Amino acid sequence: MSEAAPTPSQTVGPFFDIGFRWLHTQDLVGPSVPGAIRIAGGVFDGVGDPIPDAVVEIFQADAEGRFPPETETGWRGFGRCLSDPEGGFHFVTVKPGSVAPGNAPHVDVSVFARGLLQRLVTRCYFGDEERANAADEVLCSLDDGVAATLVAPVEDGTYRFDIHVQGEKETAFFAW
Amino acid sequence: MVSNEVTKGLELDPPYDSPGYRSTQLRFPKRPLVALQEGPTELHGPVFGDLAVGPDDADLTRQHTGEPLGERIVVSGRLLDERGRPIVNQLVEVWQANAAGRYAHAGDQHRAPLDANFTGAGRCISDVEGGYRFVTVKPGAYPWRNHTNAWRPAHIHFSVFGRAFTERLVTQMYFPGDPLFEFDPIFRSVSERARGRMVSEFELATTVEEWALGYRFDVVVGGHLATPMVG
Repeated sequence: MSEAAPTPSQTVGPFFDIGFRWLHTQDLVGPSVPGAIRIAGGVFDGVGDPIPDAVVEIFQADAEGRFPPETETGWRGFGRCLSDPEGGFHFVTVKPGSVAPGNAPHVDVSVFARGLLQRLVTRCYFGDEERANAADEVLCSLDDGVAATLVAPVEDGTYRFDIHVQGEKETAFFAW
Repeated sequence: MVSNEVTKGLELDPPYDSPGYRSTQLRFPKRPLVALQEGPTELHGPVFGDLAVGPDDADLTRQHTGEPLGERIVVSGRLLDERGRPIVNQLVEVWQANAAGRYAHAGDQHRAPLDANFTGAGRCISDVEGGYRFVTVKPGAYPWRNHTNAWRPAHIHFSVFGRAFTERLVTQMYFPGDPLFEFDPIFRSVSERARGRMVSEFELATTVEEWALGYRFDVVVGGHLATPMVG
């Protein structure tokens, strides 16, 4: 088959709730599953105001570092949370296993919103994985302050991952 | 493996920083994006073929007791990767305004009527050839407050998943020949050479006699977050 030119991205706009709510997926596992963790945070704009009309999607390996279709039935590795009026989101999931040498456990994160013509992509790393994080190729390639925006500190089983799309605390975002 | 700046010569298309579209102003990253060598997490993706999605989910005219008002249309096409290969058994989601240009959403205060028989949301799973098909009504244009007398050209929002996390795409499908194209900063945020890829084609072959007009729209997931501007 011949090559096909990619379809350009456009903003998700302000009314995605109609199309996205049906697959609102905050719980990748039940909260009582052994190893269940919570990732919670907020999405903020360039002046630090919460973004109440964002969609945060995650994708990750399972606890053994596997992906579909190798994972057990029912594990999709996908979450979708529509931000609340305070810009907040959260997921209940498991910490992913290592997926390759030089990769600390991480969750891939997409952010969609009005005003974003393309999604923003980042990674959430885990604050209690100091050793693995110190050896992670991506984190090591970044200045310390920038790398720190990708590492979620943990308290009482909740990893706090705030996403600043712009400004002093701006999160590191990826391209490829 | 990883460099801290996006490779020179690669530009985002459309760019995050797009001054004509006011909402970008406080929402575009100002630091350079980090060029990431895709790893296993980026090269895999969620699989949705097992979701319970039924025929009524793809027919937006049959989700209520009565039929919605407006011009009935069939929107169909294929979900493809950049090499033209079909993406089979994967999720396609759509949402849109009704024929009067009003979304069934509390945040939409446009003074146009709601339609009790139209929600404007659909979904389906691509078939073995990557094909998808929705029955709906043609959405209306609507005003927004981006600038004086600003109107969005009629469009249907599309959300698709490819085979990998890198291939996740949200876009908008437009209708051919819309006179609002030249005034719309969202449409025009995309480089001129690529805008046509967001515009569906009228298609007699999928037009159903005495029932609905056919529009064709293929969605190609490129897997790029920084699209080369040249070539």
